[in-house]
Amino acid sequence: MYQNSGVLVVYRKAVHGDSRIALFLFTWWQKGFLFFRMGIRKRPFYRDFLTKTGQNDYPLRSTNELIYCQFMEATGAEIVVRCLAEEGVEFVFGYPGGAVLNIYDEIFKQDKFKHVLVRHEQAAVHAADAYARSTGRVGVALVTSGPGVTNAVTGIATAYMDSVPIVVVTGQVPTPAIGLDAFQEVDTVGITRPCVKHNFLVKDVKDLAATMKKAFIIAATGRPGPVVVDVPKDVTAHITDFIYPDTVEMRSYNPVVKGHSGQLKRAVQMLLDAKRPMVYAGGGVVLGDAAEQLVELARLLGFPVTNTLMGLGGYPATDKQNLGMLGMHGTYEANMAMQHCDVLLAVGARFDDRVIGSPAHFAREQRSIIHVDVDPSSISKRVKVDVPIVGDVKNVLTDMLALLKQAKDRPDAGALNAWWAQIELWRSRNCLKYNKQSPIIKPQYVVEKLWEVTKGDAFITSDVGQHQMWAAQYYKFDKPRRWINSGGLGTMGVGLPYAMGVQLAHPEAQVACITGESSIQMCIQELSTCKQYRIPVKIVTLNNRYMGMVRQWQEFFYGSRYAESYMESLPDFVKLAEAYGHVGMRIDKPEDVEAALKEAFSPALKERLVFMDFQTDQTENVFPMVEGGKGLSEMILAEEL
Amino acid sequence: MVRRHIISLLMENEAGALSRVAGLFSARAYNIESLTVAPTEDATLSRMTIVTVGSEDIIEQITKQLNKLVDVIKVMDLTEGAHIERELMLVKVKAVGVGRDEMKRTSDIFRGRIIDVTEATYTIELTGAGSKLDAFLEAIDSASIIETVRTGASGIGRGERSLKV
Repeated sequence: MYQNSGVLVVYRKAVHGDSRIALFLFTWWQKGFLFFRMGIRKRPFYRDFLTKTGQNDYPLRSTNELIYCQFMEATGAEIVVRCLAEEGVEFVFGYPGGAVLNIYDEIFKQDKFKHVLVRHEQAAVHAADAYARSTGRVGVALVTSGPGVTNAVTGIATAYMDSVPIVVVTGQVPTPAIGLDAFQEVDTVGITRPCVKHNFLVKDVKDLAATMKKAFIIAATGRPGPVVVDVPKDVTAHITDFIYPDTVEMRSYNPVVKGHSGQLKRAVQMLLDAKRPMVYAGGGVVLGDAAEQLVELARLLGFPVTNTLMGLGGYPATDKQNLGMLGMHGTYEANMAMQHCDVLLAVGARFDDRVIGSPAHFAREQRSIIHVDVDPSSISKRVKVDVPIVGDVKNVLTDMLALLKQAKDRPDAGALNAWWAQIELWRSRNCLKYNKQSPIIKPQYVVEKLWEVTKGDAFITSDVGQHQMWAAQYYKFDKPRRWINSGGLGTMGVGLPYAMGVQLAHPEAQVACITGESSIQMCIQELSTCKQYRIPVKIVTLNNRYMGMVRQWQEFFYGSRYAESYMESLPDFVKLAEAYGHVGMRIDKPEDVEAALKEAFSPALKERLVFMDFQTDQTENVFPMVEGGKGLSEMILAEEL
Repeated sequence: MVRRHIISLLMENEAGALSRVAGLFSARAYNIESLTVAPTEDATLSRMTIVTVGSEDIIEQITKQLNKLVDVIKVMDLTEGAHIERELMLVKVKAVGVGRDEMKRTSDIFRGRIIDVTEATYTIELTGAGSKLDAFLEAIDSASIIETVRTGASGIGRGERSLKV
């Protein structure tokens, strides 16, 4: 890809004649580079050049230092590929097609990153999303125009709802054909606009590099999210000078990073004065890499902590101060403490409908709320808060910790003990107990055993439904970024592509996908991708022959009329797995569960994908449960039925 | 309390900018009474005036959500302080017989200008707050109205209050 590249060398007169330059040029010449422009240019030229490429200035590192940039005339396709390489992208998940053929041709010629060919564009975006969730780096997907984009939309919306930083490069029909209903044309910017953090249509190849830089900056900073860069085919063929800027200024985009100091002081005093405190930690703690600060703060104060579905692992699940997940299927103790606390510290969470139930019911109890979030629009959206703090969660918690350590006051020990006594009473309801004597496999038992067999250290992805809730309730996540699921959009089908993205990012880690027989069929084609790239994920299917969560709601709220929720004509998953070249297992009895899991995770099968089909209890339901629209403390517990 | 608000914003003058704002309002089910947009003296910027109706909570969310759009540079709720609001209306009316003089007089009272004349019609240009334009339409015989076109409100802060980059 470098055949038509050149090198632009810019340096200050102080180093004129410096042998380093000669050496530098010689080295590049040796490598076979063709120089289009060579010689000494003055800074103003350089400045013009950078302005053209969307950058106002470029800092000279020092007066005597050689300043150079690799400079080449490149096609749009080369630029896309070079930008991805410059960003340090490891994997691009994608699927080729007409509009992106030029880009794929450049991918063919390079070895900076690996392209992973999925079997459906939705999976490309999910895999990139899981790569991002599990590493904290920006995930990248590449799809073609038209159906490539529409297939990708579910993945993009999933990432958007859970604030995951991804960049999706989409092909587009050539610019002269835009708007003429061309073959495989769709209004990508229009169709993705409501489910992206931002999107771009690049009409001029000169804007391409700066746009790619902007996309990566926007995706990763502030409240993260997906960014789409739509590149018409002719733009990928056009040629321009290429330079990848270190950064791009955007006057309209300046996310708040530091919390307001006055608000921080108020918040700290409120925490110290609390009698019945509660920490409610969401996905922002995981995304913002603030787990360490959260743990330190909670331990310093001795406060109880609950995690949202998205926040699991943000505070260690096995820690005594953790009350478990809250919300619609949260623990009794977490929901009761949430309802009855007097001071609530909400960190990187957004009080959504699955978490607090009815806002009116939630507001019945008097409590002061401190809300820390990087996104101002998350604050006071569903619940009025007393102390809003806009800022990066990690920064805010760090500042809060510093203030707490300086403070002379400590929380009222007597009140805190009484509060903990009350919480322990709630906890003693043991709301997650289930029948362990059952002759039929209980899904909860499978998850518990999976936790034991993997020593609680696996990456767990899930699909959406009952199995997702059981995974969240019974797999105790002690570390952040280990629990990968679609919380906001609730996208069935994410589990397998998520597992692929995670396993590729962490080749040595144990990765399990907890799924159901319905969800897994929504992206089952990815078994083929797993074969091609030898992705040895372990699929734990809790097969109850029903869309379990739909069945549960039909049982509770629709007089057990199971409309279209029974999964007829299921495939033989063992044979299916084998057809794709994987290992299949069917497990019918509770006594075989542990052995099957141990075998799947044994060294003998370390390199293999194992599809475990657990035949679980068809009648099992997820408890506790807060019905839609009910209050958080109005739970249905298993024993009450 | 549900009130009428005039929100002014500055955003990058880029393709699709308007659709981002309009899309936000429809996606989040916010009211939009009128929306005007045009480039400013700096051609890279667009200035938009949005008239909307909502409770304090809703308006707070609207301004926050607008601020969240990557292309939006600044947002101001003009109705939070002293401000001036103007809207332009063009009205084509029947102007025949005795009604012709009467129409001219009413237009003069409202400081309207007749900008096009035929034997049977006047086209009147009228500027003012939306309520004044409403009042004019009330004042003339509704049967005489052939056509009206209104720009929607544009607003600006009074005194030193300004919205700039």
